[in-house]
Formats: sequence, structure tokens, C-alpha cells
Amino acid sequence: MIRPRRLVWARVLTVAALAAAASQCTPSQPASRRAAGGAQSDLAIAAQKTYVAPGDLDEYYMFSSGGHSGQIYVYGLPSMRHLSTIPVFAPYPATGYGFDDDSKKMLGELTWGDAHHPALSETKGDYDGRWLFINEMNGRLARIDLRDFKTKQILGPVPNLHGNHASSFVTPNSEYAMMASRFSRPVPQRPVGVDKYATEYKGIIAGVKIDPTSGDMSLAWQILMPPFDYDLGDAGKLASDGWMFFTSYNTERATGKLEVTASQRDRDYIAAVDWRAAEKAIAAGQGDVIDGVRVLDPKKVPGLVYLMPCGKSPHGVDVAPDGNWIVGSGKLQGVTTVFNFEKIQTAIRNKDFTGEEDGIPVLKYESIKDAEVPVGLGPLHTQFGTDGWAYTSLFVDSAIAKWKLGTWEVVDKAPMSYSIGHLAAAEGDTVSPDGNYLVGLNKLSHGRHLSVGPSQPESSQLVDITEEKMKLLYDAFTEPEPHYAQIIKADKVKPIEVYPQAENKHPMAIWDIKDAGVTRNGKNVLVKMVAVRSTLTPTDFEVNAGDQVTVAITNIEQTTDELHGFGLLDYNINIVIDPGETKTVTFTAKKSGVFAYYCTNFCSALHQEMQGYMVVK
Amino acid sequence: MTTERPRGARFLDQPIDARARLVVLVAAVLLAATYVLPLWNLTMFAPQYQDGLRLDIYSYTLVGGNDGQDIKEINVLNHYIGMRDLVNAEFTEFQWMPFVIGALGLLLLRAVVHATVVSLVDATMLFLYFGAFSLWSFGYKLYRYGHDLSPTAAMQVQPFMPPMFGYQQIANFEVYSYPRAASFAMAASLVLLLAALGWTWWRTRRTASHDEAAVRVAP
Repeated sequence: MIRPRRLVWARVLTVAALAAAASQCTPSQPASRRAAGGAQSDLAIAAQKTYVAPGDLDEYYMFSSGGHSGQIYVYGLPSMRHLSTIPVFAPYPATGYGFDDDSKKMLGELTWGDAHHPALSETKGDYDGRWLFINEMNGRLARIDLRDFKTKQILGPVPNLHGNHASSFVTPNSEYAMMASRFSRPVPQRPVGVDKYATEYKGIIAGVKIDPTSGDMSLAWQILMPPFDYDLGDAGKLASDGWMFFTSYNTERATGKLEVTASQRDRDYIAAVDWRAAEKAIAAGQGDVIDGVRVLDPKKVPGLVYLMPCGKSPHGVDVAPDGNWIVGSGKLQGVTTVFNFEKIQTAIRNKDFTGEEDGIPVLKYESIKDAEVPVGLGPLHTQFGTDGWAYTSLFVDSAIAKWKLGTWEVVDKAPMSYSIGHLAAAEGDTVSPDGNYLVGLNKLSHGRHLSVGPSQPESSQLVDITEEKMKLLYDAFTEPEPHYAQIIKADKVKPIEVYPQAENKHPMAIWDIKDAGVTRNGKNVLVKMVAVRSTLTPTDFEVNAGDQVTVAITNIEQTTDELHGFGLLDYNINIVIDPGETKTVTFTAKKSGVFAYYCTNFCSALHQEMQGYMVVK
Repeated sequence: MTTERPRGARFLDQPIDARARLVVLVAAVLLAATYVLPLWNLTMFAPQYQDGLRLDIYSYTLVGGNDGQDIKEINVLNHYIGMRDLVNAEFTEFQWMPFVIGALGLLLLRAVVHATVVSLVDATMLFLYFGAFSLWSFGYKLYRYGHDLSPTAAMQVQPFMPPMFGYQQIANFEVYSYPRAASFAMAASLVLLLAALGWTWWRTRRTASHDEAAVRVAP
């Protein structure tokens, strides 16, 4: 017989031994981290592939959205060097954007914007390097001219459409950029309680016409949609040219705690819009004018919109290079769904519908789907490479899956650090993707960089996709917050480096220091100023308190990189004038006294001497 | 009488033959190059100007590289040391040089038609004089530009002589100054004139010795 005391000791020892054994088994790092270390030779290759020697140029431009910074960041690939910031929806003192009269007028009352999805202009489905469009949540769309990398137009806020998220997606010949609402609200806008959400609130899809020569944008039409949250989109191309696809979630038409209420259905929808039909309907005078915009109701325009069921709460919808496959990524499931455009057309012809939503036919899922590709958890967005390769970002898995169109075989996964959102491949959403590089636009960086405190930068990771296995090449850290990006071969973009004098048609431009001076018309004072190394002429001027003062400054330099600034102290004015450019700034001389102005953009050996005084009497 | 040309006639009065006339004609045509091609070039490199600032000097104008922008840039830089602006109005040469070159050309054509050594020698001498004067004038201009510096300039530098031919380092700039196509055309033109003269001299001497021989064998 064993004595009870001894039995207790035996038990204690057993437990201790098991605990010791268990502690030996638990690794200190996850498997992916242990595997991701990489051999020295791999690191050396990565270093070589991303090293762009001093004075050498990168191979690609990447235009990355700046999210709620409202700007666009320009990177060079493969170095991942941040080359410049293009201010779009927010003032940017570094370039004087939002301070001079023109850009201030363009920004209007808003001093922030949430810029998400840049889209390069296209010709025959390929980037043509002319313009860059980007959406913004406050119902706006901007156009940047890639000739000078400047924001040229901001359209909106447009009426009816609230929360312009599913935008700016350009059609294959830049006929249209698109806008679609993430937030539904009563159309026309009026105070209606959220209890009437399902019936009184509406989503809006809008087509913005792009002038083929000037790039000028104008709101062409809107479509009244069920109150779903429209999320992302892509234009059909080649086989599917003429169609536009938008994902939507909250097809439950729920309100309140959406993370639960909008996640009940197994399938939401991709809205397929025949934009040529919209164009025709508008030309035929159809639609009602709501708040100044012609709005089409799909109930009254049959064939305008169809709904494609797609699981579950889809984010990205991406049209493959040949235009026939449409890839929808349901973020709350483990597969990405591939639809076949031919099958969609057949289902439409055969009226192969399973129901309708506010008069819009819902296509039968089984009839239009080609495959459900088991890419992994939380698929968000797909880009394409050469030879039918597709790359899908997986937010939950924090990885990129590489798979093949047609065979639907998933061949590789690359871990991303961390929580990848969108991804952008080199010309990866055109009819002819380049392959070569892919950038994961990750939401979290979790301290893979020198600590900068709690407000951590985002991480953008460069991946080599030239070989069978994807290889991580480089970690870059960006300011908040890249959503989508566009990567274009550098030789397609041909920017100027100075504004040629002959092209300057500004009515207040002067090119001779002798023409500089002050003219008064009642209380309006015009100061024509010349900026050239190293004097701002006139070097002083007098106005009276209460005068409305316009300073029109021409930088008469024609030399690259000879920018001049005009900072007026105590008046919250700082503009920067590029070589050959004329800018104006208008203000009321409220404060009297003496105020210095000076060149803010370092220009020359006598930059510090480039200054003057405004005397307000 | 043994021959049309009396023995011992002056060389200057000799005719020039068809071959020499053709050479003089080519020399005249070469002068036309000065109306279309630059005579001289100044190129300046600095760390900030890796592509260089270029200035071409024609017989009638200054032309800056980079669509004329380089000349503006040179003036912007020069104003810091108080140098006068390089502008066509400062160069009276541009008004008379094309005229003088045209006159030279006409003199050469006259020599072609007249076909005498004296007309060719006149034209060649004027050519030499004109060439030498132009080079001196160019050098003098450079000297004045480098020495007439404003006393109130932001940067006071020692007066200097910019290079007329070859390379010189001036502050942060490497300056290269070399003749261009039109100067080579003028030089070639001069060489042709001298060649025509030489040929005529040699031919006359040979004919003269033939004549002497003829006189000696005459009964």
C-alpha cells in the first residue's frame, strides 16, 4: 500500500515535469517569423535588386494614396525612395498649396480629405501617363496632370452621393472616372431617421466624364442604387469593356452596429453597371433631375444594372487582363470568387435571375461563377502579373497568395508585415501587366522600424514576382495612409522641369523687373512682383489698413529647381512659385505695422537676402 | 617676240589658272558657313550644372544652349560678381561682321572672275587682317567682361581673363572655350587661298623656267 503523502509528491513531480516539457515545446516566435529570416545569399540578392546607385534613376513610379492626409505620395521603385508628395485635398505649406488664390479656391471650405484609390489615365486599357485621378470621401474627385505633377481640378463635393469610397477607377480609354457612395442617405438630402434606412436611404453610383484632350472632369450621370455600402470597383476591359463593377456590403440594409448587423448574409453583391447604357439613357433624356444632377433609376432603365452575388462582404473586385474573369474578394471568407463575363452575359440574356433588389435583377450565382479559389483568410484585393498569375492580398492571414487564372491553383504565399490591405503590381490592373514588382500596402507596421512613439507609420513592402516564389525585397515606411497605389513604368511619364515662359498666359504675369510695382484701384491694391535670384521686386510696398491686397508673383527663372517662395509673416501666407509660374495671393491688410516677406524656398547663395517689407498704414 | 608674257613680268600680274580659280571659289563658298554655323563656343560646368551651360557665338548673334536658357542663366550667375549682361546689343561686331565677311566673299569672287594674282593677294591680305582683328576683338571683349566688374557687386572677385582658347577653372566653374565649325570653315577658306597662291607661284615658276629653256634653245 502506498502512503497518501508519497502519492501527493508523485503527483506534484509529474505536473512539474510536464510543465517543464511543455515550456520547452512552445517556440518564442511564430513559424512564419522563424522561416522568414532568409539566407544571407537571399538578402544579398534583395539588396542588389533594390539598390539604385546615387545618380541612377528608378524603373517605376508608384503613386500611393495618402488616405486621410489627403495627399498622394510618389515613390521610385525598386528603391522605394519617397520622391515627392503631391498635395491634393489638404493644404501643404511645403509647396504653398492651399495658400495661393487658385489652390485655395480649389480646396474650398474643406482642409482635409480622405484619398483612397488613385487611377492612372488609360488608352486601350494601358496606362498612358497623362493624368492621375483620385477619389476623396467628401464626395470629391481630383485630377493631377502628370506633365507637372500638380493637382489641376477638384470636382465636387457632388450632390446626392455621400462618402465617395468606390472611386476613382478609370475606364479603358479614360472615358469616365467613377464615383460610388459608401454611405447611403436620403436622396435628395433631407433629415430622415435611420429607422427608415432600408427604404428611404439610397446609394449613388456616378459617372464622371473626362474630356479626352484637356482631362477636364464633369459629372455626367448618377444611378440611384439600393442602400448598400459601395466599396471598390474596377472597369471592364477588352471582353468586358463598357461595364463597370462595384462591390457592396451591408446588403442587409442594416444600421447600428454594422460589424454584426451587416455581416449576416453569406453573400453580398457586385453591381455590374452597363455604363454605355447609362450614357444612352442620359442622351435620350431619361432620368430625374435631383439637386441639379440627372439621376437614373434602374427600375426605369432596364439593363442598366445587374447584381452578382459574391461572398461575403466583398472588398476588391478586379477584372483580369483579358477582361473575361472578374475576381471578387469576400473579406469575411477564405476564398476569392472568380466570375466569367461570358457567363454573366448569357445569364442576362436568359434572364437567369434569382430575385431582385429595388427592381435590379440578381443573377444566379451558380450560373456566373467559374471558381472559388481557396486563397486564404480575409482576401481583399487582387492584382495581376504576366502569364495569368494573380496575386490576392489576405488581410487576416497577413499574406499574399499567388494563384493561376484558369487552373485556380494557389502556388505560393508570402507573409506580409502586417495586415495587408491593398496591393499594387507593376501596371497590374491594365490589359498588359508587367510582372516584376508588387507592393503590399500594409496597415500595421508593429515596430519593424526605429520606434517613433505610438503613432506608427504604415508599412509598404516591395516583393519580387519575377520568379516562381515571391520574395520580399524591402520594407518602406510611409505616412498615413496608403490605400491603393498605381505603379507605372517610368518612361511613360514625361514631366516638364520648368514652365516655359511662352506658355505662361497668366493675366498678371510680368517678365521684366521694370514692370514690377504697385497699382491701386480704390481699396484694391495689386502688387505685381518678380522673383528671380536673389531679389523679390518690389523690395517694399505700402498699403492702407483694410485694403484688399493681391500679390501676383512671377518667378521669371527658366532654370530647373530654381523655386522661389513668398512667406508673409503674421499673415499666414506662404506660397511657392515654380520657375516660369505666376501665382497670386489675395488678403485683407487687417493688421497695421510692418511685415517682412521673404523667399521661403532656398534658392541661391544670396537666398537669405531675398526679402522685403510690406508697410500697412 | 618669243612669248606673250615678257620674261621677268611681275608675279602679281600673272593670271591664275582654272584649277586655282576653282579653289578660290570653294574658299568663297566656305565663308557662307559663318551665316549658319557658330564661330566659337564657351561651355561651363559646375557641380550644380552637370549638363553644362553653353554659349555659341555666331558672326551675328549669341545663342545660349538649352533653347537660349543657358545665356540667361549665365547672366543670372554673372550678376552676383557684377559682370555686365551678355546681350547682343553689347556687341557691335554682330552688326559689321556679316557685312565684312560678305565683302570678303565678293572680293574672292572678284578674284575668281579677274583671275589675276593681284586680286587674289588683295583678298587674302584683307582676309588675314580681318581674321586677326576679329580674334583680337574677341579677346578684348572677353578681357573687358572679366575686368569691368561692378564695384557694388554682391561678390567681389579679382578681375580675370576668361579663356579664349582652352580650359580654365573660374571659381566653381570649369570653363572651356574652343572654335566651332564656322571658324574651321574660315580657317579652311584661308588655307585654300594660300594653296591657290602657292599653286600659282609654283606653276608660274615652272612656266618661266620652260620659257628660259625655250629661249636658250632658240637659234
